[in-house]
Amino acid sequence: MARVLINIPRQIRAGESFAIRTLIQHGMESGYRPDGAGGVLARDIITSFTASFEGEEVFGLELSPAVAANPFITFSMRVQGSGMLRLRWRGDGGFDQSEVRQITVT
Amino acid sequence: MTPRRLILASPALLLLPPPQPARASAEAMAAALRAFTGGAAVTPGRVTLDISPLVENGNTVPLSVIMPSPMTQAEHVRAIAIFNERNPQPHVVTARFSPHSGQAMLATNIRLATSQTIVAVAALSDGSFWSDSAQVIVTLAACLEG
Repeated sequence: MARVLINIPRQIRAGESFAIRTLIQHGMESGYRPDGAGGVLARDIITSFTASFEGEEVFGLELSPAVAANPFITFSMRVQGSGMLRLRWRGDGGFDQSEVRQITVT
Repeated sequence: MTPRRLILASPALLLLPPPQPARASAEAMAAALRAFTGGAAVTPGRVTLDISPLVENGNTVPLSVIMPSPMTQAEHVRAIAIFNERNPQPHVVTARFSPHSGQAMLATNIRLATSQTIVAVAALSDGSFWSDSAQVIVTLAACLEG
């Protein structure tokens, strides 16, 4: 399991957008770096990120090797009430990690 | 060249730059952009790409993009894609939005292999495309060093 940091604002109001900041520990090996033996290191990156609230997609991102190591992703969302936010990162070599957080409207 | 001359010249051969991996080009970027828009016309404006014009380390370059929009079912930003001109691949990221996004915004850290132009293209629900571009100077390149 890769380490994940997720920042959710303390105060969330219904119908107002707010930003979620996420960071996941991942080397994002680009597939272009030499391996010291004349070849290149195989690509190993996160290729997709999705955020869904109560089962509906809020935000999605397709990543390429041009994204820096330990991908930092900030996106915005807007809710009408409290619920569960599910974040999912998928990548090369079967990488698949999900995190679930409660979003509470104040 | 006589063998002796070849030996004398050999240190110079060592100084030759190593072969470079394939780079994206302006044409490759245009092709990736066309694949995203489906050939539709792209108008400069409305979307704002925020990236530092002078970057010391190309391994981690903060980038953000935002487009003002009411984000309703009838009128929202569907997607924003970021392209570059001179990394090994022209595509950087593609973000999908929905009315639940509240705001069409994205911030992330990217890699830049060299000084180049970055382009953001936004796709709206009404079928129009808008773009913004930025010139970035990179002093330490990403991707290519061991």
